[in-house]
Amino acid sequence: MPVSVEDLEKTLRSAIKVEYLEIVDESSGCGESYRILVVSDAFEGKGTLARHRFVNEILKDYISQMHAFSQKSLTVKQYQATLN
Amino acid sequence: MFRSLLRSTTSGSRSVLASHAALHPSSTLTSQLIAVRLLSTETRAAIQKAVDSSPMVVFMKGTPDQPQCGFSRAVVQIMELHGVIPEKVKTYNVLEDPELRNGIKEFSEWPTIPQVYVNGEFVGGCDIVLGLHQSGELEELLEKHEIIPKIPADAAPNPSS
Repeated sequence: MPVSVEDLEKTLRSAIKVEYLEIVDESSGCGESYRILVVSDAFEGKGTLARHRFVNEILKDYISQMHAFSQKSLTVKQYQATLN
Repeated sequence: MFRSLLRSTTSGSRSVLASHAALHPSSTLTSQLIAVRLLSTETRAAIQKAVDSSPMVVFMKGTPDQPQCGFSRAVVQIMELHGVIPEKVKTYNVLEDPELRNGIKEFSEWPTIPQVYVNGEFVGGCDIVLGLHQSGELEELLEKHEIIPKIPADAAPNPSS
């Protein structure tokens, strides 16, 4: 069963408070390769590797079904800085 | 060039886990299933030995000369860009070894390939390595562990005319 954008969004939002989320299916709709941007203050105080492991854990059942997965995990402040 | 100098497993050579598999032939289906699903002590020890064997160890799809995936290729390109010293790096092609491909994900508790280790410590996958490269932290890390030569303090930090 391919992973859907809704699966990922629902699971993330029920685990942490997500301020902003971008989920891109890079497999042209096949649900096999995703790139995500997660903006949440749940990441505050965590280093990059810890953030990635945190998200990997939340989505682990889905990631194990994908061919590829990449993420960017930012706090609200960090994300706002990228908009300027 | 640089890529062909990187030591890596190539078809025909034994991968990190090949010798382990030969020591423990599984006769029953159950034990074979268990062997596939759990990270055995022997496999863990073999991987631990591999990550400690070189200042930089990369588990990737394909080889530095012929990466088989965009993320693995990106990591190789970043390494080449920094001029990593080939003798300091060891790469393993997980596509050659299904046991390694699964085992390394359990060992690192990380779901994807490529995986980069420096000084025996897990650094991250492609996204993280790219991020460290962009922030300058990768250069620092590689210099610290002598994977790339240190630039002498009196050399100009930027190209000058």
